[in-house]
Amino acid sequence: MQVQSMFFKQRAREKLEDPLLQGNLRKAKGKFVDGRAKAVAEFGVWEEVRTHAAKVRDRALANLDAYLLEFEAHATRRGAVVHWAQTAEEACAIIVGIARDNGVRKATKSKSMVSEEVGLNEALEAAGVQVVETDLGEYILQLAHEPPSHIVAPAVHKSKEQVADLFVAAHGKPRLTEIPAMAREAREALRGHFLTADMGISGSNFLVAETGTTLTVTNEGNADMVTTIPRIHVVITGIEKVIGTMEDFATLIRLLPRSAVGQSIANYLTLTTGPKMPGDADGPEQMHIVLVDAGRTKLLGGPMQEMLRCIRCGACMNHCPVYQNVGGHAYGWVYPGPMGSILTPVYVGLENAGDLPNAATFCGECAVACPVKIPLPDLMRKLREQQFDRRLRPWPERWGIALWSFAAMRPGLYAFGTRIAARVARWMGGREGLIHALPGLDGWTKGRDMPAPAGRTFRELYRQRRGNHG
Amino acid sequence: MGARENILARIRRAQGRPGSGPTDAERAAVREAIARHEVGPQPPFAHAPDRLAQFLKECDRLGTTHDVLDSDARIPAALARYLDAGGLERRVTGWEAFAALDWAGAGIAFDNRPASGEDRTGLTGCFCAIAETGTALLLSAPAMPKVTALLPETHVLVVRRARLLDTMEEAFALLRAEVGDPPRAVFFVSGPSRTADIEQTIVIGAHGPYRVHVIVLES
Repeated sequence: MQVQSMFFKQRAREKLEDPLLQGNLRKAKGKFVDGRAKAVAEFGVWEEVRTHAAKVRDRALANLDAYLLEFEAHATRRGAVVHWAQTAEEACAIIVGIARDNGVRKATKSKSMVSEEVGLNEALEAAGVQVVETDLGEYILQLAHEPPSHIVAPAVHKSKEQVADLFVAAHGKPRLTEIPAMAREAREALRGHFLTADMGISGSNFLVAETGTTLTVTNEGNADMVTTIPRIHVVITGIEKVIGTMEDFATLIRLLPRSAVGQSIANYLTLTTGPKMPGDADGPEQMHIVLVDAGRTKLLGGPMQEMLRCIRCGACMNHCPVYQNVGGHAYGWVYPGPMGSILTPVYVGLENAGDLPNAATFCGECAVACPVKIPLPDLMRKLREQQFDRRLRPWPERWGIALWSFAAMRPGLYAFGTRIAARVARWMGGREGLIHALPGLDGWTKGRDMPAPAGRTFRELYRQRRGNHG
Repeated sequence: MGARENILARIRRAQGRPGSGPTDAERAAVREAIARHEVGPQPPFAHAPDRLAQFLKECDRLGTTHDVLDSDARIPAALARYLDAGGLERRVTGWEAFAALDWAGAGIAFDNRPASGEDRTGLTGCFCAIAETGTALLLSAPAMPKVTALLPETHVLVVRRARLLDTMEEAFALLRAEVGDPPRAVFFVSGPSRTADIEQTIVIGAHGPYRVHVIVLES
């Protein structure tokens, strides 16, 4: 997918001024946050399971190569073909090649964010393969020619009226007004595709090393059609998804649907190991698994490695005050919200996504909501430090910070400077005690006044009061 | 060097481990960690004193309807009542395991074959069921087509009480003990399919069944 993250500020402003989008975002906000809170409250041992989940993810990441080879050995033993892709281009070339070798004309897809990352649909379409998204949200966006704006609810930015318009154009049937009728019409439109596709493409929420198993988690049942009915099944997923055992999966699946939408379990968990076995009633003849790096190894080996624990639940964005207000498209790439503000700069370059680690209030809600305890604000702070070190921030900011740090390390100078600043700010506040504009910091004062300080610093007041009472 | 070798080398370089791939000792350590099959903490309700009550409570929450019967022979009549109550056609496509029941006696036309997109009601058994979440586990096997659980609008699922377990970990242990390697598809079904992709409004019946009806057999 093309990166637009360098235009974050401009896009965020457009999104804030879009009344339709603001209405749609307001509707979604409460449902995710309240649903999760309720599910967590009745669970009983949430913190214990979170701690264990972070441990099992760390265990696999610490020996990622050995876990991947264990996965590969078992997947291969079971008849799957394992492919490795260093880049988005390699991943697309592998899958286009599989399609071409097998005369594939139509592929059905269940939701895969990695496929969005690498631009798989465009690559397959360029090779003459019809691609049909089957997750309802992704299907809506395919009709709208838009990228997802949320990793779990991709069409969260669309209203039912907008969906109704898209369906009229695509299905040529009378305009619908009720959501259940829209879901049924999409079911009917997609049923034929499920039964006639040559290739099914899915992601994999986890890769189970002990058995070479890939797996999907859905509520709709579309991934089960995609992985069962076509003659070829292709899995595209990131190398970081590997876990050790089925027991590790049992732990993680207690957290994933609860964190995502407040459900105790997703309706369909499908664990797929290899192609159809002799005598099986159904299943594909070939199974291919494409393991994608595309930037993941850049996160390994340092403090950023914790980011690779991510299980893609979306809780961090649901709880983020910035995401709640600007929506996912403002972030300009596949992954929005706090997790995207870390992944995007690392995957596509800090110089292309410099605003993202700064699009945070550091309220810390994302770290509290994260089911695998990723310290998201700390990692964003690390990216900010990298930006400073690599001189990627604008010069007034860098000089300002340098000046402040020079003064902050010299107490006498700092006291003198703040005494002057407090008096100047007091003077600027005038009779009403409000500052209407700050030179160079108009972002702060454009939408609100800044209350002027009292004219004396804390240290001056402290000295004075101690004098009175001591 | 190919992509595989490059990625493995990059992982080791990033993590400061020498060499171009894992050592035998590292591989062995990973296999040992896997073989322990460590079980994580589980919520208190996963080990309820009345396992069947916990299972049925979770079924209710998922929108799965249920019936508890004392023997296989009662399935056709119970199913006829269920179909009639829902205004559904008395025609069922099901697994071979149920073909020998007296369907004609209950006035139901039974098709012993995998369900297609045209079939309205599919009847399947399951490998085991899980009380913690109201879930059934199905395995792919010659006489157990998964499509029968997936394509029809109504899925009727037979669960034997002796195969009702507390947790998913117990289900995996049973799978290892009885089957060994997992078959191609291990399929956990928890209630009817749903979507909330339009305005986060939950709609029952996305691509899979609109109705899941569980028959628990005491025998």
